Amino acid sequence: MDSQTAGVLPTLPATTARHGTAATRRRFTRMVERIIEGGVKLTAMSAIVVIFLIFVFVGKEALPLLWQHPEPGLEHEAVTLDNLIGPTQYPDRPSRFVWQPVSNVPKYNLLPLIVGTLKTTVIAILFAGPLAILAAILSSELAPRWLREIVKPTIELLAGIPSVVLGFFALIVLASWLQQMLGLRIRLNALNAGIALGLAVIPIIFTVAEDALTTVPKSYREASLALGANRWETAIKVVLPAALPGIFAGVVLGFGRAVGETMVVLMASGNAATTTPWVTDSVRTLSATVAAELGEVVFGSPHYRVLFLIGVILFVFTFAVNLCGDLYVQRLKQRLEGGRA
Amino acid sequence: MNHRTRSNALGAVFITLCVVATLIIIGMLAVILGQIVWNGAPNVSLRFLTSAPADGMRGGGIFPAIFGTFALVVLMTLAVVPMGVLTAIYLVEYSKPGSRFAKTVNIAVNNLAGVPSIVFGLFGLGFFVHFLGSGIDDVLFGGRLVFGQPAIVWAALTLALLTLPVVIVTTSEALRAVPVNAREASLALGATKWQTVWKVVLPQCTAGVLTGAILAVSRGAGEVAPIMFTGAAYFLPTLPTQLNDQFMELGYHIYVMSTQSPNVEETKPILFATVFVLLALTFALNATAIGIRSRFRQSIRPSDA
Amino acid sequence: MKRSMVLNLLAIAASTTLLTASARADSVTIKGSDTMVLLGQKWAETYMQKNPSVQIQVTGGGSGTGIAALINGTTDIAESSRPMKPAETTSAESKQGGKVKEIPVALDALSIYVNTSNPLTEISLPQARKIYTGQITNWKDVGGNDTPITLYSRENNSGTYVFFKEHVLQNDDYDPSAQTLPGTASVVNAVSKDPNGIGYGGIAYAEGIKPLKIKKDDNAPAVEGTLENAQSGKYGLSRELYFYMFPNKNKAADTFVAWVLSPDGQKVVSEVGYYPLKH
Repeated sequence: MDSQTAGVLPTLPATTARHGTAATRRRFTRMVERIIEGGVKLTAMSAIVVIFLIFVFVGKEALPLLWQHPEPGLEHEAVTLDNLIGPTQYPDRPSRFVWQPVSNVPKYNLLPLIVGTLKTTVIAILFAGPLAILAAILSSELAPRWLREIVKPTIELLAGIPSVVLGFFALIVLASWLQQMLGLRIRLNALNAGIALGLAVIPIIFTVAEDALTTVPKSYREASLALGANRWETAIKVVLPAALPGIFAGVVLGFGRAVGETMVVLMASGNAATTTPWVTDSVRTLSATVAAELGEVVFGSPHYRVLFLIGVILFVFTFAVNLCGDLYVQRLKQRLEGGRA
Repeated sequence: MNHRTRSNALGAVFITLCVVATLIIIGMLAVILGQIVWNGAPNVSLRFLTSAPADGMRGGGIFPAIFGTFALVVLMTLAVVPMGVLTAIYLVEYSKPGSRFAKTVNIAVNNLAGVPSIVFGLFGLGFFVHFLGSGIDDVLFGGRLVFGQPAIVWAALTLALLTLPVVIVTTSEALRAVPVNAREASLALGATKWQTVWKVVLPQCTAGVLTGAILAVSRGAGEVAPIMFTGAAYFLPTLPTQLNDQFMELGYHIYVMSTQSPNVEETKPILFATVFVLLALTFALNATAIGIRSRFRQSIRPSDA
Repeated sequence: MKRSMVLNLLAIAASTTLLTASARADSVTIKGSDTMVLLGQKWAETYMQKNPSVQIQVTGGGSGTGIAALINGTTDIAESSRPMKPAETTSAESKQGGKVKEIPVALDALSIYVNTSNPLTEISLPQARKIYTGQITNWKDVGGNDTPITLYSRENNSGTYVFFKEHVLQNDDYDPSAQTLPGTASVVNAVSKDPNGIGYGGIAYAEGIKPLKIKKDDNAPAVEGTLENAQSGKYGLSRELYFYMFPNKNKAADTFVAWVLSPDGQKVVSEVGYYPLKH
């Protein structure tokens, strides 16, 4: 015992020393680890920071509209709430809502742009929604496996087409076809832009809807089939209702995308700031207005700020739409997956 | 019985509807691609790919636009891949499942993916060009105009933010596919968390990271709205060689040619050819990404089982 | 890893900008009017052939874009198809220092175009005003067929848009139904395809459409937009095209502008389809 202790004792300092360096090294490693983890976490914040920065910096350029007073002699160029939503009066013709920011008396009425955006977006959804949802039902419920393997990637291919190419197609090819087929007076119009926009939206609605449909637990289908229902009855009466919120979310997300989509409408809509209800008239959308006019404006001018205000509107709107859509999808998934467990 | 037949008829109608809808979509895709390939492909020649536009865009080629697109996406990739991969690593490897921070990051990523591209353009102009660029000029160049103007670096960074969600989502997916036992083995051997991530997990999903990067490039190469105000130019006689140069880009070139060419009919062959090149480029990138991903999935599954 | 990349980027940025400063001594940037972009490019091409050491970069975007760039200091020369507004001049001078110089470099006869199938051959400026403000909506009211009129206009960053608004609309507003197209070429293209269309733009682009003769008022004689009529001022819609710049800021730019005004430079003007200045 004693000799053993004695034998151990002399080596003790050595072990502590070794132990010490090991401890330092371990502490060092731990510190490095913590720094790395901090760095990684910091980078992970980037997505949040970027969203925040987008809001701040787009908002920052628009905000001075609230208090910026025009220079003396330029009072008529001021941007007021009245200016942004009220109609322009004319001595020799009916008053109307006018977007003409480059003018002796600039008119910044946003109404025509909002009408234009809604028109193209609604057409896009009406066009894309049914097609995408039906295709999603076919792909997930009715089609044999080999067909699904063709349909899905094909529609994903559509998603890979850059929007400038869709815009080009609508401008050069689709517009002429529509005009000839329907005998339209105006070649570039809301219908043309809306259909082209629909092409951009189909993959989004399809993907989300298909996802929602496949998340419906197998047990639902099996139960329905066991009760004697056939495939399509099961699809319509059991699977579809269960996935409906998800499909709706897909439509909502598609709507968000359509509102913000720029190049397609810029090239295909004719860009006339009208407020008429007809789909065969030209329209000017919020996003296309920014794209068409931002290159020209003087930094800090009222026109420049109004364009950023449009950016804020687009950002806040799509942000709200996407948030709702996402939460919806997640909750649905949780519910259905919870049901499966 | 009667009910049964009526129901069957309804079923047939419904199924037909689904098939017709799908055929319409595929048909439209085929028409678009057919038009572009039919009108575009015959006009693509080596000379077209390697010479500059001439004659007020009525003749010549698109080399500067190809080069500009290439330079743009390279810069973009340099910025977006480290950022996206690190974020994915945090989400998958570090964050506790269901933690509030991770949830917020996820929501932010999803929302970032939904921000309209034109808003990125506004942001790029307001933040990078006017704020960061002018700031750098004030601090480093005594107010001389160097970075406070549209430039390729700003366009690339704007696109990097736009494509960030793509890289994060793809990389996260790849990280999650790495079997847990690989991590456990590494940790059990005394490796630290970061060593495990860096030396064990990440090498197993290089394919995933690559896929993310390629998808980001294919997305970025086709975007026009974000770069219109942050660096793309209508026409340039020279290629971009510096970070603060402006550049020509394929998508923007298509926009310019189809709306501002002096004679659209005369420009059409060139225009279709340019669209064909852009489309071929993005599709090739997408196909590569899908190919890598499916091979990667196959290779990782057996070890999982 | 990310940090080092940022540092690298900054280092590259810093080093390349030093190169930039020296490399750009002999370079001239020209930005602005889409009406003039063809002209500018042709000038640049011809000049660079003679002076290979000089780099001239021409971009379009509209007169407003060019003037904004001059104000913001991002171009040497702004091409504009309309005179700079006093407010713009002040803001450029206060931002950049020095005096802005206005240099007329060519003449353009703005044309009002219709489709070749349209029987109309002339139009008075008051009629054009009523058409573009939406008070006349049918061709029969100006002596044409009984068909509705489709309006084609330019995007509001173009000098042509502003010029037309001032000189034809008398600063009244365009009818909202007027389609705004991003370039004169698109207007020409649209009108050439639309039998009911009317559009306006530079005379150099008038291909495949019919430019109308212009009457200054309803009783005035109809005048064609020819070289003589434009130079003499008889044609109601001729205008000067301008360069705006800060002289003595960039030697290469000054030399280039002197060449543009020389007979050699003015010859290019006729080649592109505009009218040279009267000397």
